[in-house]
Amino acid sequence: MSESRTRPRIAVVVFPGSNDDGDAVLALERLGADAFPVWHGEPDLPAADAVVLPGGFSYGDYLRCGAIARFAPVMGAVTSFAGEGGLVLGICNGFQVLCEAGLLPGTLRPNASLSFVCRDVDVVVERADTPFTTRAEQGQCLTMPIKHGEGCYFADDELLPELEATRQIALRYADNPNGSVADVAGVVNADGNVLGLMPHPEHAVDPLLGPTGGALVLGSLVDAARERTFAPA
Amino acid sequence: MRATVLVRPKPGILDPQGEAVQSSLRHLGFAVEEARVGRVVDLELEGEDPERARAELERMCQQLLANPLIESFEISVAAE
Repeated sequence: MSESRTRPRIAVVVFPGSNDDGDAVLALERLGADAFPVWHGEPDLPAADAVVLPGGFSYGDYLRCGAIARFAPVMGAVTSFAGEGGLVLGICNGFQVLCEAGLLPGTLRPNASLSFVCRDVDVVVERADTPFTTRAEQGQCLTMPIKHGEGCYFADDELLPELEATRQIALRYADNPNGSVADVAGVVNADGNVLGLMPHPEHAVDPLLGPTGGALVLGSLVDAARERTFAPA
Repeated sequence: MRATVLVRPKPGILDPQGEAVQSSLRHLGFAVEEARVGRVVDLELEGEDPERARAELERMCQQLLANPLIESFEISVAAE
């Protein structure tokens, strides 16, 4: 590996209908990563230290949000990458895709209000020990925007206690905007290397544009990706 | 061969769409106690073997047409 390479490489998958991929690339670049888009039709992932599935409306949200995107050619490579312990972050539609793909437990349903919700929300960090939250402190409140019609997290009576016991609920809403069970805003997989969240960290990194809670999430991811890649063997 | 798949929210799963429909129907004066909204998928399948078609439809539902966490499904294959 070349001496000059100190910026981790983070792939941002672009599905037809993704619309937050540009912001995700910009935010990650700003926070110290080399971020680059990867088209959903690619059968392989280029060498990457982390993968982000961005927000949007992949495949028009037809059938169920994320249901069709999970079969995109690149998702096979993303699943293998996650299976090997690779860092994967799904934001909004990306979270829905990860749930549909079975990389995260539970599912996302239409908001209880049936209204599309678009506003800043406060999200409480339940776990500061995941690769996506190390820059935050446990109990810290991060302000980030949400903008979704189907962000109501659902886990049934068997799954939810399990998620609580294994501390997989990494982020909770301070004031539940969509009817999610247990105020869930973000969930990690059992191994802790995959996070999905409905709020948009990529839209909350620049003080000029509003709150900056998202910088702590994406910054943590950049740190973790860098550490994994450049840690002395 | 024609087949139809009915996808429904499982019992006990909150169905805000169904609630909104029920409430609208009541506003229209209909005595509706509950409404649940699902989805119908009509398919035209290749082949003529209904047993095979059923098995395929089952897999289609498991993989794509329904989310088994929150939805149940019902398959019917049209008799020739």
